[in-house]
Amino acid sequence: MSAEIGHFALLLAFAIAIAQFVVPLVGASRGDPALMAFGRAAAGLHGGLIALSFVCLMAAFAMPDFSVALVAEHSHSTQPLIYRLGATWGNHEGSMLLWVLILAVFGALIAVTESGMRETLRARVLGIQGGIGALFLAFIIFTSNPFHRLFPAPIEGSELNPLLQDPGLILHPPLLYVGYVGFSVAFAFAAAALIEGRADAHWARAVRPWVLLAWTALTAGIAAGSHWAYYTLGWGGWWFWDPVENASLMPWLVGTALLHSVSVLERRGALISWTLLLAILAFTLSLIGTFLVRSGVLTSVHAFAVDPSRGIFILGMVVGQTGVAFALFAWRAPSMRSGALFGAVSRESGLVANNILLASAAATVFLGTFYPVLLDVTGGDKISVGPPYYALTFAPIMAALLLVLSAGPMLQWRRDNWAHLWGRLRRPALIGGAVALVTVVIAGPAKLLVVAGFALAAWVLAGAAAILVHRWRLGSNEGSLVRRLRATPPSIYGLVLAHIGVGVFAAGVTAASAFSSDRVATMRPGEQVVIGGVTARLDTVAPMQGPNFTAVRAEFTLINGIRARVVASERRVYPVSGTRTTVAGIAEGVFGNTYVAIGDPGDGAPNGALVVRLYDHPLVGWIWAGPLLMALGGLMSLTDRRNRIGAPARVARPGAPALVPVPA
Amino acid sequence: MKRLIFIAPLVILAAIIVAFAAGLQRDPAILPSQLLDQPLPAFALASVEPGQAGFGSATLRGRPVLLNVWASWCAACKVEHPELLAMNAAGVPIFGLVWKDQAEAAVAVLTTSGNPYRATADDADGRTGINLGVTGAPETFVVDAHGRVRYKQVGPITRDVWLNTLSPLLTKLRAEA
Repeated sequence: MSAEIGHFALLLAFAIAIAQFVVPLVGASRGDPALMAFGRAAAGLHGGLIALSFVCLMAAFAMPDFSVALVAEHSHSTQPLIYRLGATWGNHEGSMLLWVLILAVFGALIAVTESGMRETLRARVLGIQGGIGALFLAFIIFTSNPFHRLFPAPIEGSELNPLLQDPGLILHPPLLYVGYVGFSVAFAFAAAALIEGRADAHWARAVRPWVLLAWTALTAGIAAGSHWAYYTLGWGGWWFWDPVENASLMPWLVGTALLHSVSVLERRGALISWTLLLAILAFTLSLIGTFLVRSGVLTSVHAFAVDPSRGIFILGMVVGQTGVAFALFAWRAPSMRSGALFGAVSRESGLVANNILLASAAATVFLGTFYPVLLDVTGGDKISVGPPYYALTFAPIMAALLLVLSAGPMLQWRRDNWAHLWGRLRRPALIGGAVALVTVVIAGPAKLLVVAGFALAAWVLAGAAAILVHRWRLGSNEGSLVRRLRATPPSIYGLVLAHIGVGVFAAGVTAASAFSSDRVATMRPGEQVVIGGVTARLDTVAPMQGPNFTAVRAEFTLINGIRARVVASERRVYPVSGTRTTVAGIAEGVFGNTYVAIGDPGDGAPNGALVVRLYDHPLVGWIWAGPLLMALGGLMSLTDRRNRIGAPARVARPGAPALVPVPA
Repeated sequence: MKRLIFIAPLVILAAIIVAFAAGLQRDPAILPSQLLDQPLPAFALASVEPGQAGFGSATLRGRPVLLNVWASWCAACKVEHPELLAMNAAGVPIFGLVWKDQAEAAVAVLTTSGNPYRATADDADGRTGINLGVTGAPETFVVDAHGRVRYKQVGPITRDVWLNTLSPLLTKLRAEA
């Protein structure tokens, strides 16, 4: 029964989304408050209906109700409840429903919060959100119905891919989707601004929290996905330049650029059309991220729903949304007020440099991901693009970005000069130089990349600290340090945290790629091997029984000096699907991980011995701690009054531009 | 002139969409192989596994076999790995050409994830890959009893590919031989 309710709610939501698309847009152009108010009501209802539909699907998975085809394909009664629930979005149809759920909830949030946004802007944003929602609902209803029934119902379902039966599944896709869909809000704002012919500080202030939220979630989501790959794939890789990973990286890069350019628009009224373009691009790349990989254009490990007939529909959606937005952009943007002027050395130009580098990085990844497709279509060879390409193209751009990253926040708005900038950056530069020297001494001058990596990381970390020091020193006549600490707004702490995250990440990547080591050993219980200064002793090997798998479990004691830790690696067999997976035993530490993975018992090793693969990954945890800090920085900034979703605009300060909402 | 810049995104999008639309019309798995119905180019390589025998084009004659091109750095190879293990368990002879990879890294995959190959061959510099016309990993050549390439599978071997393409073809080739 619940499946029918869910399906019906979906159909109803589709009808309402169409109304939400048309009515408020008409209302805004006519200046009719009743029609605009309808948009808010429709958005609330739209959100409620999709939520109902999603709950129905989750209920079917929880039962589990195998008469629903989707449940039968992705759930098994022995699967633990948490993974039956997680399976709701561990498949194409369910993940689509999650996508529209987040979209509709965001729409409802815009509708119900008191943001002090001007009503015409809100009505247009809601209208465009309704249009996006209607397109996706049509896609779900006509090509990917999650509520399709089976008759007769099977007694048992087939299993969710065991690699997906992991806490990573609970976190990674929803976070990514909050990120992707958050950019749809930025897209709706951009399209609304183009329709209105106006993007000003008011607009920037209204869109900024959404960009920040999307960016924060996407950052955390990508990091969660990378960590998941690290411990489930059983060989310690953390990034593969797979098309689907690239597809999440591209909106992140463009979204990071957008986050910075929005602040220029908000503070200085500059970079208007560029910001609008970035907002459109961030969502377009998100669309490509979620959907193009499922269309069969690209082959990828993540392509769990390759179906060319869906591909045509998806292309239609990209044309319908991005095409219209770009057409609006071509038509309206040239006549929009062009931005304020700024000097060649200024905060604005620092952020322009940031934007150019991030956009180039995104273009590099785009080219690497889609060049094989383009080459194939133009009659050339079939090729694949791998890590060497990115090492040669992406890495130098990122290095340049790290170089300007510490300078940006130290620059004054409008106009600054090199001498002052150098005065503020002298210490971070000295620290970076000192770290470079120390690295040369330890690692040798031949390891140029290692030296550069650590020096840049130190420069970024010291630069982030210098922001606070500089700020506190400036306010030294405003009372005690505690007072100054408290007077610093959360958005500044957010910025500093995020930049620290970048430095931590850079250090982690440098160390993990330069100093990782590994070895393979044949071990019997009681035997020891040494890896990266850690002695690993195999203690026990025993069979074990999980809820829906059987496994061989090997326990190791890792001794590092006086400290001993116990880790376990498992080799699991899921009898329902016959799949084997490895669970690595990982001793995580601040200075590095020791990673142990066992092979199949009796496979290639004589009587009773186990083939064991051991890795030493120095500083690898920093690769995820960095993005986590960035996301924390994003959250911190979200608590700032000026970035809070739904917080009413503050009464204009004397001398600041007026923020009075324009009467509808 | 300024206006043109603002139209540029639309034009670029249109070009990309046309390319994707064309891409959708093609099956990414179909690749014209220069070698189709031609004998396999001659090669003889050492194994990546210490102390094991490698293989060469001569080894592959006598019965229909699969020549699987893979590498430890290739994510899609990990997808097809369980399928290869199952096929090996069912008695299908699979030979693994380790393409542009470090031997230790490849051995590590085999020891931790299982070894579906009758033998492996170390093509670290990708020379044999060039002669075979390998465009990416994974690729799988179906070689008949006379050592001729009869089919080339590009991309991972899924259950579907095995059941609907490779398995019927192997049955046919066994009947020929």
